[in-house]
Amino acid sequence: MHELPITENILDIAVTYAQQASAKRVTALHLVVGQLSSIVDDSIQFYWDIISKDTLCAGATLHFERIPARLECQECGHTYTLSRELMVCPQCGSARLKVIAGEEFRLESIEVET
Amino acid sequence: MSKIVPVVQEIMSANDSLAAQNRAKLDAAQVVGMNIMASPGAGKTSTILRTIEALAADYRLGVVEGDTANVTIDADKVLAAGMPAVQINTGGNCHLDAVMLSGALAQMPLDEIELLIVENVGNLICPASFTLGTHFNVVIASVPEGDDKPYKYPNIYRGIDALILNKMDLLPYIDFDLAYFRQGIEILNPEAAFFPISCKTGEGVAEWIEWLKVRMASLRPA
Repeated sequence: MHELPITENILDIAVTYAQQASAKRVTALHLVVGQLSSIVDDSIQFYWDIISKDTLCAGATLHFERIPARLECQECGHTYTLSRELMVCPQCGSARLKVIAGEEFRLESIEVET
Repeated sequence: MSKIVPVVQEIMSANDSLAAQNRAKLDAAQVVGMNIMASPGAGKTSTILRTIEALAADYRLGVVEGDTANVTIDADKVLAAGMPAVQINTGGNCHLDAVMLSGALAQMPLDEIELLIVENVGNLICPASFTLGTHFNVVIASVPEGDDKPYKYPNIYRGIDALILNKMDLLPYIDFDLAYFRQGIEILNPEAAFFPISCKTGEGVAEWIEWLKVRMASLRPA
């Protein structure tokens, strides 16, 4: 549901950088999205197609790089990738965990024509 | 000619920078801001009213009420309790963001209050993605929602300072495994303070208020 304002942010950032680069148009955007960031690609894509019309980004393709969630056990130091549900450390069973990857949500780069 | 332009910018940075301005405004007025998130019906307003009742003798509070529809039901209850309230109608939006709070702060008499409670829109997903500029976050869960919520909506629990579990008076009637619920929280956020309460009976409210007072004292230089 909150993908609309988020998609507007993506558009704002892309247009700003495209203008700085004196681009005629933007052909692709590369987004980095962590597994834990609760972003739905399809939903972003849906809004994107609507709101990017009549902008420098019209017709630009969205590429999503998904980053799996990785946790580090604060007890034994074991690091592991979160498979589905929340899980305690598979090595020692501790629930004292730190997220070390998977919360990313950024625009990494854009491809432009100048 | 085509080329790649590096960007490397957080998507939420516009919201985050406005949230920082909200924080600065609260700090300048020496107001502590608390963001309350929960699913619809968990008891956000009931908990806020209990909190007002317990703190009214010592503190002035203000409440920002976020709702998706054009209603003032919650704000009216706060006003009836004698505290300033500002209603934000998000126009169907599923969460409050820093822009909306900024508008509400302009209407709130910040010089007259010490604690600002922001009641977010009832929703366990979207509010987690939008920082507001408040000093700390609280989630209110409730027994009838079920013990699996931390597993189904992990993000909302990750950035919180305290978790209230409301409607404890219903525990005997509902299959709610408290240990399973708490293990989910433990994995997501071992630092969060935990308060099982019942707004109906008043059970556990005193412990929550005690924590809140300590938190406020640590954030407001005497």
